[in-house]
Amino acid sequence: MSEKVLMKGNEAIAEAAIRSGCRHYLGYPITPQTEIAAYMAKRMPKIGGTFIQAESEIAAINMVYGVASTGRRAMTSSSSPGISLKCEGISYLAGADLPALIVNIQRGGPGLGGIQPSQSDYFLCTRGPGHGDFRLIVLAPSSVQEMADLTSLAFDLAFKYRMPAMLLADGTMGQMMEPVRLKEEKKIAAAAPWAATGTKCERPHNVINSLYLDPQLLEKRNIERFERYAKVEKKETRWEEFMTEDAEYVIVSYGITARISRNAIMKARKAGIKVGMIRPITLWPFPSAPIRRLADQAKAFLSVEINMGQMIEDVRLAVEGKAPVELCFRAGGMIPSPDEVFKAVKKLARRK
Amino acid sequence: MDDFTPKRLTLFMGHYGSGKTNLAFNFARMLKRQGKCVTIADLDIVNPYFRTKDSQKELEEDGISLIVSKYANSNVDLPSMSAQTYALIDSRSEYGVLDIGGDDRGALALGRYADDILAENDYDAFFVVNRARPLTQTVEQAVSIGMEIMSACRMGFTGVVNNSNIGDDTTAEYVRDSIGWAKSVADALSVRLVCTTVMRGLKLEGAVPVDLRRYEWQK
Repeated sequence: MSEKVLMKGNEAIAEAAIRSGCRHYLGYPITPQTEIAAYMAKRMPKIGGTFIQAESEIAAINMVYGVASTGRRAMTSSSSPGISLKCEGISYLAGADLPALIVNIQRGGPGLGGIQPSQSDYFLCTRGPGHGDFRLIVLAPSSVQEMADLTSLAFDLAFKYRMPAMLLADGTMGQMMEPVRLKEEKKIAAAAPWAATGTKCERPHNVINSLYLDPQLLEKRNIERFERYAKVEKKETRWEEFMTEDAEYVIVSYGITARISRNAIMKARKAGIKVGMIRPITLWPFPSAPIRRLADQAKAFLSVEINMGQMIEDVRLAVEGKAPVELCFRAGGMIPSPDEVFKAVKKLARRK
Repeated sequence: MDDFTPKRLTLFMGHYGSGKTNLAFNFARMLKRQGKCVTIADLDIVNPYFRTKDSQKELEEDGISLIVSKYANSNVDLPSMSAQTYALIDSRSEYGVLDIGGDDRGALALGRYADDILAENDYDAFFVVNRARPLTQTVEQAVSIGMEIMSACRMGFTGVVNNSNIGDDTTAEYVRDSIGWAKSVADALSVRLVCTTVMRGLKLEGAVPVDLRRYEWQK
């Protein structure tokens, strides 16, 4: 293992991507994720990689499609408004079964919104950003160390299941600095068997395409793809539980708000309120099973988010009506304090 | 730092995340404790978050003036600076602490004041270095970024401040072990190593203790 260094979340993503074998970064600057592009611009030329500042977010995601078609590890990164622009390209990646990493360091919306942090792209990203029947693996780090680790995991999962994966964090996570231990550079296997790398007249053509002239064939492909998604749901759902063993109240929160909630839980425990937390690490697939299990013991759930209430819908689906689910939120770039979350927990505990 | 005589203007420059903002804040407080009239100017045109303005309340309580872009910590994504900065540069009575943005891109903003600062010739320009930052881990890397900064702002450094730390994982040994590296950086740039800093609470003889700003999500 290498020694610990001090990194911004955005830098950790960039360096972890390089160490995961990514040699192609195609992006377009936007606050608060610009450090990813800046870091790649400095590092890629020194290691024989490619850094391209494309003419737009749309161009960047389509360049990712091109690199991914050759079986290489490609990535792009942006923040909320830029992700909206990339949606068409993400749908095409999914339709052509191409692996790639898309990083979204969220800021407040809708529209141009603002540059302060938010989690308001939850709906957009967990439902499959783009048109058509598809899913996207969505990973939600909660520390700079996890930003590095999950970047590496995102590439591995994307290639294992031949689908795009997203690292979803907020501006604060992208900008904050913490100690991180980076993994040693990974050796990547030779090009994937499906990649379009030239037949040399030795094998049939590998065709990368999302257009199907025959509707029956398209239906078949979609069903096969969803069988693969079912495997991802079964094998790759990840979450962390914190003080849930005896919890009468359960917070569900991810990313930066999970850290704030953890501090609030310590306060609530001191005040004698038995509260715990489920922290989803994968937002798709969503950890419904542990939430459903806790719904039998918990009196109520609290979804803590920095948006107007988006993940709360998945929590309610998981709880299956067995317990009330309330929301604790700030929006527009604001972040709740541990005290605000503590107050929401107290309110939950008072409820009959 | 007991024998340290501050110049009228003190500039903190360096690589992204080397600790310039926090050192500028601590340095301004030290000047204030010496009974000086102090203004801190945030010239960072790069960072959208975690700026001097986060400490506005503490600065006001200490009687330290703050010059900052009116768009700092807002949703306006504009690399702008306050016109008040000129008043601080032109003043001959108050002490100024200038927090410059990271790397050569951040240092560009200082260039517009360089001629005036050089003409007055009562300044220190400190190059802040942290060995735990991935792009300045070797002496060569740190020196290379230092050279880029100096050409961008058209000013030379007068000293190196060793702010080596790995956040909450910092130990006194880690800081002690970084001193030789920092000395080599200073030697390569032909300036002196002004001091080594250490997080308050860690014991390291000869190092200057600094306070850290904590945010809501930090324990």
